[in-house]
Amino acid sequence: MYDIIAQEPLIAALTALVGLAVVFGAVLGFAAVRFKVEGDPIVDQIDSLLPQTQCGQCGHPGCRPYAEAIANGEAINKCPPGGQTTINALANLLDVPAPELDAEHGVESEVKKVAYIREDECIGCTKCIQACPVDAILGAAKQMHTVIASECTGCDLCVEPCPVDCIDMLPLTPTLADWRWQLPPPTPSLLNRQSKANIIATDRGGSAAA
Amino acid sequence: MRKIWDIPGGIHPPENKKQSVDQSIGALPLPDRLVLPLNQHIGAPARPVVKPGDRVLKGQVVAEPHGIVSAGVHASTSGVVESISLHPVPHPSAMSSNCIIVRPDGEDRWIEHQGIADYGSRDPQQLLDIIRLSGIAGLGGAGFPASVKLGPRQPIDTLIINGTECEPYITADDMLMRERPGEIVAGIRILAHILGNPANILIGIEDNKPEAYDALEAALASNSSEGSDIELVDFPTKYPSGGEKQLIQILTGKEVPSGKLPAELGIVCHNVGTTQAIYRAIVLGEPLISRITTVTGQSCAINRNYDVLLGTPVRHLLANNGFDADSCPRLIMGGPMMGFTLENPEVPVIKTTNCILAPSREEMPPAPLPQPCIRCGMCAEACPASLLPQQLFWYAQSENFDRLEAHNLFDCIECGACAYVCPSNIPLVQYYRAAKGEIRTLKQEKIKADHSRQRFEFHKERLERAEAEKAAKREARRRATESARARGAEDDSGITASVATSTEASSTAATSPEAKAPEAGTSAAKATVEDIIMAAKARAEARKASPEQRRAALERGIEAARHRLDSTRQKLADGEADNLGEASLDKLRAAVEDARVKLADAEGKLAKLDLPDSNDSDPADSSRDTGSAERVAKKLGDSPRQQLQGKIAAINNRIAVTEQKLAELTDAATLDALRSGLDKQRQKLAEAQQQLSALPVDTAPAPVESPVQDAAAAAITRAREKAARLAQMSPEEKLRSNLDSLVSRLDKARARLATAIAENADHVETLRTTVVNLESKVREAETKLAQGDH
Repeated sequence: MYDIIAQEPLIAALTALVGLAVVFGAVLGFAAVRFKVEGDPIVDQIDSLLPQTQCGQCGHPGCRPYAEAIANGEAINKCPPGGQTTINALANLLDVPAPELDAEHGVESEVKKVAYIREDECIGCTKCIQACPVDAILGAAKQMHTVIASECTGCDLCVEPCPVDCIDMLPLTPTLADWRWQLPPPTPSLLNRQSKANIIATDRGGSAAA
Repeated sequence: MRKIWDIPGGIHPPENKKQSVDQSIGALPLPDRLVLPLNQHIGAPARPVVKPGDRVLKGQVVAEPHGIVSAGVHASTSGVVESISLHPVPHPSAMSSNCIIVRPDGEDRWIEHQGIADYGSRDPQQLLDIIRLSGIAGLGGAGFPASVKLGPRQPIDTLIINGTECEPYITADDMLMRERPGEIVAGIRILAHILGNPANILIGIEDNKPEAYDALEAALASNSSEGSDIELVDFPTKYPSGGEKQLIQILTGKEVPSGKLPAELGIVCHNVGTTQAIYRAIVLGEPLISRITTVTGQSCAINRNYDVLLGTPVRHLLANNGFDADSCPRLIMGGPMMGFTLENPEVPVIKTTNCILAPSREEMPPAPLPQPCIRCGMCAEACPASLLPQQLFWYAQSENFDRLEAHNLFDCIECGACAYVCPSNIPLVQYYRAAKGEIRTLKQEKIKADHSRQRFEFHKERLERAEAEKAAKREARRRATESARARGAEDDSGITASVATSTEASSTAATSPEAKAPEAGTSAAKATVEDIIMAAKARAEARKASPEQRRAALERGIEAARHRLDSTRQKLADGEADNLGEASLDKLRAAVEDARVKLADAEGKLAKLDLPDSNDSDPADSSRDTGSAERVAKKLGDSPRQQLQGKIAAINNRIAVTEQKLAELTDAATLDALRSGLDKQRQKLAEAQQQLSALPVDTAPAPVESPVQDAAAAAITRAREKAARLAQMSPEEKLRSNLDSLVSRLDKARARLATAIAENADHVETLRTTVVNLESKVREAETKLAQGDH
């Protein structure tokens, strides 16, 4: 054995390397099959950050398709319902700088809205039912329809197809249950402050020089 | 003397408690209306059980608890329900909520109520239900329903009664302990009974309330006959030692882990006010309709504690205390550390209102402008929960919620000690509250988003399913039309279809000569026929293949039959011995006879099986089997007419058999059954004959007799010739040939009609309509042809 290695060092080294390559190749090949990840995990992560209104304002038919598009390199600022919070979260996840919301796709609304059907005017055409991405509208042909408010995502996809314009997007009235404290107004910076009583002379900086 | 632990941090703000303890607990005149919010506690709002206009008595339930974490609401005095409507409620948001508004009638008449004196003999669950229905929520300030806190799943070894009242200005618990210590001690006994008599029962009091300590000590001493296992503990005054987790740490040295409840350590903690309310609810049967509230502050001429009816507007409370609205910049509900500003003095006193503070401007000047954080760290030293307030402040400002949670924001008890010591006057607690609210909202939104995603996915799936169903239906319809067209084409001596069919027919005929596949029919129909024949054959094969199994089955059958015969015989014997009625005896005899016949039958079958068992092939069986296969094939190949004829023959056969049986038998019951069966058979026969007559005469009985192969070959050649001819024809010629065939068909039909009329057959009418139809068709074809000529 040693003799052969000593006599043919080149061949021995090659054999050893090829042998190692075969072994590791087999291990990697096995692992690739055995621990194969189904689907694209990054798409799931992105999807879980999107607001799931399924409104299509981003130009994709639903939140998941947009998540897939983002995974393929599309801009992350096309989701008005999610707003800046969602953009920041996406930027954080993908490790990219957070852009401003793209105004082309709409603006972030201040208050949450839900669809409301003026039931007297509903003619029972079922067009809104077909448009609703989350099956939040209840009704049958020639019967009055109504919106299950708790299921409505406020995507307003049902407003446009209504032939008699009896659907309104009403802002949710805040209740005691969902009221929350607001952040105090930000501490004004020392230099912008009008009252100078609290400022030591050396802090005045620019204004003193001027 | 019990060992006392210390809590980290804490502050010593001016107490300001002296001014309100000079006078005893007072009572107020009835207000002109009472406002009872449906949600005075943590959890689900109660549900109203009265309607506007109802008369209610003092202590009557006006709203029932709804859900597990909920508490009822009761009328605090007798009167009339004015309305159930939105009314401003004591809440930092200054929003309105649903309230029951009662206009007192001045009588203050109690509803009939009765307490339980011997609660010791009652089931704890029963007492918990009373507590729940009495609407008792934590009176210390949080308002958590007491019945939920008293029904933990874990065993409890320590009950702590919280008489700390650490917040400045408030003296409600202090006065309660001074004036009603007996009720508190009795309440503690009830709690101990409900919790299964825990080993340690502690009352914690800060050392700035010596009068309360003495009063409770005296009450305990006079009550010692029931066992003096209650330990009174006083400890140094420090804010916020009255917090539940802080008090537990002071008295037991145990720290409640983050995100856990004291019950998980075997500890339950209740406020003295709650304890007293539970006593009144159980022993006196009085629900929670009033509480002790401190009215204090320099803007009030009188600083005093009152036993206030729940629902009393704060304005009424202040008006009876010489309140000077001009000197008071803001009204505070609760203490100066954790209370909140009241925007509207119309809000009512609720179960958690321990204090109304009306300070003067000098007493509580407006908060100075906040300065930037200088990272001095004094807040961290003051924090009783060992958090890092300055870090939380930075993260709250930048809305970095992950870091906030990592720094245990949710362990903050919002005591305000950090803001109190902050040299920069930063309203720290407000930042934490806002951040907590934001995180909670985000979590709720996340849950909702997940729900929406689920619904969206389900929606998509549903659409796909509907689409697939529609496609399948469309495909089935297309196939049906196609086959119908093919059939129609064949009837009209169409070309392609008949070629295809004939080819197939010849091929099937070649492969399975024994199956006499009917020559006519579409390929699909033929396939099913083939299938049925194959299945019948397979069954026959199976029957033949396992004589052993059949034999075993037969033997089993014989065994069963024999057993039945024995048992029926036994029954008959019993019946005879018991002198049963003749009718039932007859029945039994018939059953015995039946069983005997069956046994004989089974034995006969077995004998038959045994007989030719020596040689492997069973000629009788196999002949029968092939016979059955042939029968199936024949049946399926038969025209409806033939089928009906077969059916009629079978029915006739059956009728003959039945009649014979009828003649042989004399038993009355069987006779009746047989007769009714016979009637039914006759009816069927009549029906079948009718059907047969209704059927049009078979136009051309399929040439089944001619060898299939020849027929198929002939069909192929015919079809080919036709195709060739058609291909060469011009449209006009096509029309003409069509007309020719129609005319020939019409001639045939007329001839048939003539014979039918001659024979006076039933189907003359049908034939007539056929002729008429054909005539109209011929006319159509002629006009078409004429048009073509022009």
